[in-house]
Amino acid sequence: MTADAKSLPRLGYRGGLLTGDIAGRVLIALLLAAAVAVPAANLLAPEGSLLHLSSYTVTLLGKYLCYALLALSVDLIWGYCGILSLGHGAFFALGGYAMGMYLMRQIGTRGVYGDPVLPDFMVFLNWDRLPWYWYGFDQFPVALVAIVLVPAVVAFVFGWLAFRSRVTGVYLSIMSQALTYALMLAFFRNEMGFGGNNGLTDFKDILGFDIQADTTRAALFAASALALAGGYAICRFIVSSKLGRVVTAVRDAEARVRTVGYRVDHYKVWLFTVSAMLAGVAGALYVPQVGIINPGEFSPLNSIEIVVWVAVGGRGTLIGAVVGALAVNYGKTVFTGVWPEGWLFALGALFVVVTVFLPRGIVGLLRRRRGEEAA
Amino acid sequence: MTVLAEVLRRDRVFDFVLPEPDFAGGLDTRHGPILYVEDVTVAFDGFRALDRLSLYVDDGELRCIIGPNGAGKTTMMDVLTGRTRPDSGSVWFGSRIDLRRASETAIARGGIGRKFQTPTVFEHHSVMENLELAMAADKRVWPTLFAHMDSADRDRLAEVLALIGLASLERQPAGALSHGQKQWLEIGMLLMQNPRVLLVDEPVAGMTHQEMEQTGELLQRLAGRHSVIVVEHDMAFVRSIARQVTVLHQGSVLAEGTMDEVQNDPRVVEVYLGE
Ligand SMILES: Nc1ncnc2c1ncn2[C@@H]1O[C@H](COP(=O)(O)OP(=O)(O)OP(=O)(O)O)[C@@H](O)[C@H]1O
Ligand SMILES: [Mg+2]
Repeated sequence: MTADAKSLPRLGYRGGLLTGDIAGRVLIALLLAAAVAVPAANLLAPEGSLLHLSSYTVTLLGKYLCYALLALSVDLIWGYCGILSLGHGAFFALGGYAMGMYLMRQIGTRGVYGDPVLPDFMVFLNWDRLPWYWYGFDQFPVALVAIVLVPAVVAFVFGWLAFRSRVTGVYLSIMSQALTYALMLAFFRNEMGFGGNNGLTDFKDILGFDIQADTTRAALFAASALALAGGYAICRFIVSSKLGRVVTAVRDAEARVRTVGYRVDHYKVWLFTVSAMLAGVAGALYVPQVGIINPGEFSPLNSIEIVVWVAVGGRGTLIGAVVGALAVNYGKTVFTGVWPEGWLFALGALFVVVTVFLPRGIVGLLRRRRGEEAA
Repeated sequence: MTVLAEVLRRDRVFDFVLPEPDFAGGLDTRHGPILYVEDVTVAFDGFRALDRLSLYVDDGELRCIIGPNGAGKTTMMDVLTGRTRPDSGSVWFGSRIDLRRASETAIARGGIGRKFQTPTVFEHHSVMENLELAMAADKRVWPTLFAHMDSADRDRLAEVLALIGLASLERQPAGALSHGQKQWLEIGMLLMQNPRVLLVDEPVAGMTHQEMEQTGELLQRLAGRHSVIVVEHDMAFVRSIARQVTVLHQGSVLAEGTMDEVQNDPRVVEVYLGE
C-alpha cells in the first residue's frame, strides 16, 4: 500500500486548536461558564438560597484556578520535555511580588504612616527614597509587563546556564531547588526592599476598585478562569505544534534529537521561559485574592507540592495538571480543616501511592478505563 | 564538576570553535568522486585505528566496506561525519568542501547522513512524525513552532514512506515496529534530510532473512540518487548488493574491486582465515 500525499494528515498547527482534544474543550467550556456563573451566584443569588456562593468560596475557587495555571506551567516542561523543575514556585512568587508592588503603590496615603510614595515598611526602615526598581510600579501596565518579564528573565538566565552546559535530570532538579531557596533567603532580607519576612500586604485597591469588595473578588475570579483557559490554549498550541513534537522527542531521546539537527538547549530554554511566564501570571492573579505575598511563597516545599499536583493528575496531558491541582488543593482544604499538622504526611503518602499505583495519574486511569471499554 | 570534565575532554571538538564551513558554496563532483579520503590517520593513545587510509567514492555509487572486527570501519565513518578528527590526512566532500573544518551538525545538514549501528527512533512518535522531525527544514525554535507542511513536504514524506515500505504503518508509534522496520524508518529519517551521501553501519544485523532481502533492495534503489556506503559483516548480504567492495584491515585498504575479485585475493583470504 502506498500513501498518496492527499491522504496524509497535515502535521503542524491546523487551525482547529482543540480538534480531537475533547477534555480541553470541556475544560474551556466549563471555565467560560464558571467565569459567568460563579460571580452571578455570588452577586445575584440571594444569600441563603441554594444557588448562593459565599465570597469566601469565590476567592477559594479563584485561588485553586491560579494553582491550576501554575500546575499547567510545570506540566509543560516536565510532562512534555522531561525537565523536572523543583523551583517553579519561584516564578509564581516573582509574578506575585510584581503584582504586590503595584498594589502597595496603590495604598498611597492610606498606610499607617501616610507617606504618599513610600510603602509602610520603607518608612519603618527609615528609608527616604523609593529604590529604583520600585519606580513605575504605580502604573498598572508597568506591573503587567513586570509580571511576565521578571520570571521570564530569571528563567532565561537560569535555563541558559543550565541547559547550555547540558545539566539534566536530578542535577537540574537540585539546581532549581537551590534557585528558589536562594530567592527565599534574599527576599527575607529587609535590605532587599520587598518587605522582608512580612512581605507585601494590607492592599487597599486594584485599578481603583476596593480589593475587599465582592464585585472585585468576583472579577478576580473571572480573570483567573479566563487566564487558565488562555494558558491551556497556549500550552495546547505549543504541544501540538512541531515544536511540541521536538520537545517530547527531547524528553525521550535527547541525543538523537541533536543528531537530527535541532539545538536542544535552545528549545529547552525557550520552553522553560514560556513556562515561567505562565507561572508568573498565576502568581499575579493569586496575590490580590489572598491579600498577601511573602518570602514563604519561595519555599522549596511549595515547588515540590506543585509537582505532586501534576503527578496526581497525570503528567504530559495538560488536563491532568488542572485536575490534579484542583483535586489535591480541595483535598488540602478539607484535610487541614481536620488535622492541619498532618498535611505534609498526607501529601507524601499521596505521592508514593500515585507513583506506585497510578503512574499515569487520574487522567491516565480514566483513559485506560475508557480504552478498555472501547476495546 | 562533570560539566567541567566534559568540556575539558580532549578527544572532542566543540562546534563553536570551528569556522563556518562553506557548504553554501556548493558541492563540486565534476571530477567524479563525492568523497575523497586521503592518507588519513587516527590514533587513540598511540594505537592507529586508521593508518594512512585512502579511499574515493564516486557520486551515486553503492560501495560496500568489509573487514574484520576493529579494522577501522566505524572510525572511518566517524571521521567522515566530523565526530572524530583525523590526526593527519585530508577529507573532502566533493572537491571543494573540507570536512576536517566542518562541525558535526554542519556536515549532517550539508548532505552526509549517517545511520548508526543501533537504531534509535523516537518510540513514542508515529512513523510519520519521526520522518517529519528529521525533515530538512529551518530547525530554529520559532520557525518550528509555526511550522506546517506544504504540499511539497507532504509529497516528499509520502515518497519516503513508500520507499522504505512503511506507508501502511504511518500512524503506528515507532516503538511498535519490528527491529527491521525500525532500521528502515531510520534510513527514511536520513532520507528526509535529502543527503547526497548515506553512511550505513551494519544495516542487517539482527534482521530476518526476508527483512535482509528487502533492505538490500532498498539500498540498491537509493544508489544513483545518493551515494551509499554500507559497512556490513554479513558476506551473503554484501554479495547480493555489492558492486564495488573495499576491504579494510588494520586501518587501511587491503583490497578493492568486485566481490569475486576481493574474495579471491590471497591477502583477503589470509586476513579472514587468520581471524
Ligand atoms: N574512542 C576510542 N578510543 C580508543 N580506541 C578506539 C576508539 N574508537 C575505536 N577504537 C579502536 O579502534 C579500532 C577500530 O575500531 P572501529 O570501531 O573503527 O572498528 P570496526 O571496523 O568498526 O569494527 P567492528 O566490525 O567490530 O564494528 C578498534 O581496535 C577500537 O578498539
Ligand atoms: Mg563498527
